[in-house]
Parts: sequence; structure tokens; C-alpha cells
Amino acid sequence: MSSARSITESANPPRAVYLDYPLGHTSGKPDDRNNQLDIMRATLAAFETIDSPGTIVDLLFEWTPDDSWKDRVMRPSPKKEPGEGQKAGPKQAGAKEDSHSDDRVARFDTPQYQTEDDASSADPNCPTCVFLTDNR
Amino acid sequence: MSTRAPVDYIQRTREQYDALGYPAYEWVHNESPPPFAELEKPLKQCKVGLIASGGIYTRGQIAFHYKDDFSYREIPTDIETSALRATHFAYDLTDARRDPNVVFPIDTLRQCVTDGLIGSLADVAYTFMGGIYSVRKVETLLAPALAERVVKDEVDVVLLVPV
Repeated sequence: MSSARSITESANPPRAVYLDYPLGHTSGKPDDRNNQLDIMRATLAAFETIDSPGTIVDLLFEWTPDDSWKDRVMRPSPKKEPGEGQKAGPKQAGAKEDSHSDDRVARFDTPQYQTEDDASSADPNCPTCVFLTDNR
Repeated sequence: MSTRAPVDYIQRTREQYDALGYPAYEWVHNESPPPFAELEKPLKQCKVGLIASGGIYTRGQIAFHYKDDFSYREIPTDIETSALRATHFAYDLTDARRDPNVVFPIDTLRQCVTDGLIGSLADVAYTFMGGIYSVRKVETLLAPALAERVVKDEVDVVLLVPV
């Protein structure tokens, strides 16, 4: 499944389906079971229908009737209008306020938990967390 | 069907990096036709594996960090959806935290088993956080480790869900 067609074309996997949704919704819209199931049925069907390596099937779903969301992707507005620009999701730790500069999130090398409770309930010896060793 | 062009993330990343004065990011580029395995049985008899890179972990597990974390998590496919969490530096997590199925289609796939569309799910799904800048670490460490796991799980097909 892919929501980034150019990246998938470049990586060139054996089979792919492309869903024209904003990043973070590779398998559907939140709390929309029918949408998620329709997308999954179309995705699973591609396992049986794709017969040529490198094929990308374009799924027939639209995020919104118009494509205006695409104008804002990785293009923060150079100047914030009053009341705008603060609704793009949760403020993430380290995110800079100034959209003129790097608006990406700081890269901490400590676990970034969703909630405080997650942090306190995490098993430091977690047997289902697999840390690979880089010998280089 | 949308007739408008997909967002070209490679081009937009190049523009963003240019503006920040960074050298261009070198995306993975594979020219040759990829290896291709035919499906050996109808999908409704297939055991399906799931690997997702949206930074999903469960309560009780160690969360991913944001600096080339190439570790992975085992997630039982009978997990309560309410125990799933999401962390990632490169996409808006609002919807994934509200409904993890947007990047980790676990309820969706369980429904597909119930509906008889697929035979079964592997007992365990694998997750990681895809913001790994080292292609080498992914190609030589993470990808082979996950490939080995799904072979051991004896799945017929694997669904990859990147973000």
C-alpha cells in the first residue's frame, strides 16, 4: 500500500496499490470502517490481479472532492494569517513555531511516547521489542 | 477517480532541503524488475502477514525514538485496538492516534478474515518507525530481519503498509 506514488515508483516493489490520500492514512480514513474495508478489498484483490512485476494499481478513492490539501503538503505558508496555522495537529515536542525555517520535528534519540502512562508502563526488558545490532 | 497529479514527495523534499541548505536526499532507486512470486493459492486460503512503518507500538512496549531507530516491534494480531499507540516525527499523528487502522489496518484485516476474504492472519505483525535515514541499515539489517521473520511465520503473502 502506498500514499506516495513517486517514492514507490523509485523503490519499485513487486506489487503496489496507490491511494491518493495525505500521508498518515495509508489504509484509510479514521473511524470510517466502510472506507477502510473498501480500500482493503481493493488492495487484497491486487495480490491476485497483478501479473507483472513492478505494477502499481491506482485505487479509486479521493480524500476530498477537491485536491486542495495537496497544496499544503511540505509547503508551510510563508506568512501565517490570524487564526490559521495552529490547527495542523498536536504540537509536537521540538516543533518550531516559525514556519519560515525548518518546520520539521526535532530528532530525539530517546523513546517518544504517546502518553505519560505509556512511558511509565513500558517494560525496560520488553521481550517483543527487537533491537538489531549494527556491527559497522 | 482523481485526475489530478499525485503529490510528488521526492520533488517536494528536494525543494525543502534546498531551502534549508541541505544536500539532496538520496531516495532508494531500484531499476531492475523486482523479484516476483506468483500467488500459489486463492487469497481466501492465504495466511497474511502485516508489516507497517507508521511507528505503531503497544502500551507496555518501548516507544520508537526519532534518530534513525531501526528497531522493530512484535504486535500480536489479536491485540486490543485500544492498546495501540503511534509515534513518528514525519507525519501528523492525530488520525493514527484516534484510529490506528489508518496506518495499521488490524481491525480491517480481522474483518477480512471473518468475511472469508483471506484465510487467516499471522499470529504476529511487525512494526517500525519509517523515518530511518540510513538506507544501509534498512537494506542490510532491518529488511532482512523482517523477511526472515515472515518466512518463519509461514505466511503466503505480506501486506506492507508504509507511511
